Amino acid sequence: MKSRTIKVDYLARVEGEGALYVKIRDNTVTDVKFKIWEPPRFFEAFLRGRNHSEAPDITARICGICPIAYQVAAAHAMESAFGVTVDRQVRALRRLIYCGEWIESHALHVFLLHAPDFLGYDDGIQMAKDHPEVVQKGLQLKKVGNGLMALLGGREVHPINICVGGLYRAPTKRELAPFIDKLKWGRDAALEAVRWTATLPFPDFEQDYEFVALRHPDEYAITEGRLVSNKGLDIALSEYDDHFVEEHVPYTNALHSTLKERGAYLVGPLARYNVNFDKLSPLAQQAARDAGLGPVCLNPFKSIIVRSVEILYAYDEALRIIDGYEMPERPAVEVQPRAATAYGCTEAPRGSLYHRYRVDDQGVILDAKIVAPTSQNQKSVESDLWQFVPKYIDLPSEKLSWQCEQVIRNYDPCISCATHFLKLHIDRE
Amino acid sequence: MPPSKSAPLIIGLGNEYRRDDAVGLVVARRLKEAAPEHVCVLEETGEGAALMESWKDADAVILIDAVRSGAKPGTLHRLDAHTQPIPTGFFHYSTHAFGAAEAIELARALGQLPPHLIVYGIEGKTFEAGLGLSPEIEKAAQEVVERVLGDLHTGSILQAFWPVL
Repeated sequence: MKSRTIKVDYLARVEGEGALYVKIRDNTVTDVKFKIWEPPRFFEAFLRGRNHSEAPDITARICGICPIAYQVAAAHAMESAFGVTVDRQVRALRRLIYCGEWIESHALHVFLLHAPDFLGYDDGIQMAKDHPEVVQKGLQLKKVGNGLMALLGGREVHPINICVGGLYRAPTKRELAPFIDKLKWGRDAALEAVRWTATLPFPDFEQDYEFVALRHPDEYAITEGRLVSNKGLDIALSEYDDHFVEEHVPYTNALHSTLKERGAYLVGPLARYNVNFDKLSPLAQQAARDAGLGPVCLNPFKSIIVRSVEILYAYDEALRIIDGYEMPERPAVEVQPRAATAYGCTEAPRGSLYHRYRVDDQGVILDAKIVAPTSQNQKSVESDLWQFVPKYIDLPSEKLSWQCEQVIRNYDPCISCATHFLKLHIDRE
Repeated sequence: MPPSKSAPLIIGLGNEYRRDDAVGLVVARRLKEAAPEHVCVLEETGEGAALMESWKDADAVILIDAVRSGAKPGTLHRLDAHTQPIPTGFFHYSTHAFGAAEAIELARALGQLPPHLIVYGIEGKTFEAGLGLSPEIEKAAQEVVERVLGDLHTGSILQAFWPVL
């Protein structure tokens, strides 16, 4: 029997530590394991017994890349449980800092982590030697996102300004004004990025995904909405546990999440794009069309174009928000806790991030459940590999291994978030 | 405040809550007290883009971080970034996909390395969650403080850039 193994013990260009194992027997894929071996982190247990007001800052520590996603999800959960509505401008400011997080995260992935795959470089450093202007632009795009995070969050890394009830401090119009020119530059640069990513070579590979994302009637959903899919799911957050299930799988430290009725699903930029194309700004929609994308995109490799469209959207949206900004009278409203189950979900750069808390009448957290995007995508990553490897099985092992890694990087997995996680191993004889 | 042209810049990197990974921050804090006033001392997490931004206007930079190269804990590595590449994985225990080593090499590829960049790497012993340095690393931290002060005061290669010291 002819068999071979593709094994990558330490996946490069992903956030955190994980591995991939693919087993091939007689030119047939017989096993695929996407392993997250970063140790479990026990955040859900840490939260028990803590005050509801601590949830945003504790959960933000799960991830250095998307702390805002955690903070806003936690704050929204508590606010909706306690019947609190935040000021319209406070809501807009949360969306603005969230745009900063999308920009920062997506720009790093598009230009330094993902683009080298398409151009045949080992990493962004090698790519920078031949394409310095592209990498430079990526870094500049990212920097503006960092700047928004620092201004609105108090600092770039682990920002600290979001609280249950609103913000600790709202910026003045004058503080936001210097960003307008930078954001206009970024919007133009992002438009070029969409055009540039569209010129990359894409494998002919499409999958019949179930895309799950928040959907909101008035906007490209980031901070709130109903969970909606392209295959009929349309639920309130409180119905989450009726439709989704998490299960422990022996070879990975991240729980696998599936839809009870239909199994694997996909969250993230590609899912948002497919569910909410009609809610993108006219500029972003047009850029996507000009780049050859329709309202539906089933090729996970093209997520690099979609991420660029989302960078463009985030710049466009940030400008819109700043244009309409008036400093709120108070940055936060008072919160009166009550016994409740609190549900929150936001669109982290990598996809829907779900929080559920049970809180007592004093506002103390009794238990918590947090479902991060990467854990939800694990099954889709594996399913992509089951389909992808047979199509490219004749490639030499080294090349096949590279392509398998690329399949994983399509998802921009954040292993640190998922553990509650990358190495690659193709077993072929 | 961004470091002014020609002011020496010292950057300590690390994660406070990962035991010996904090050593770069510890050294930076001590140098804030001990270094001449015009010397700019920064603490950074090691995120690559932020690092490149922090040194972009500086002529001479000293970077201090914990490393894991397999050497004896407390071993001091001193590298001149202009004469040797920084080994991939040198600064790990970082889970950053784009960390300090990548920032140095990317800056080199883009022609953006500061004219002088000295890296002090201190071999860590434990990078588990928690506070406090291992005794060997504590001892090495003090040695780095003294060596950096030496770099600042005596005839190191940096001297040419800081004639006022």
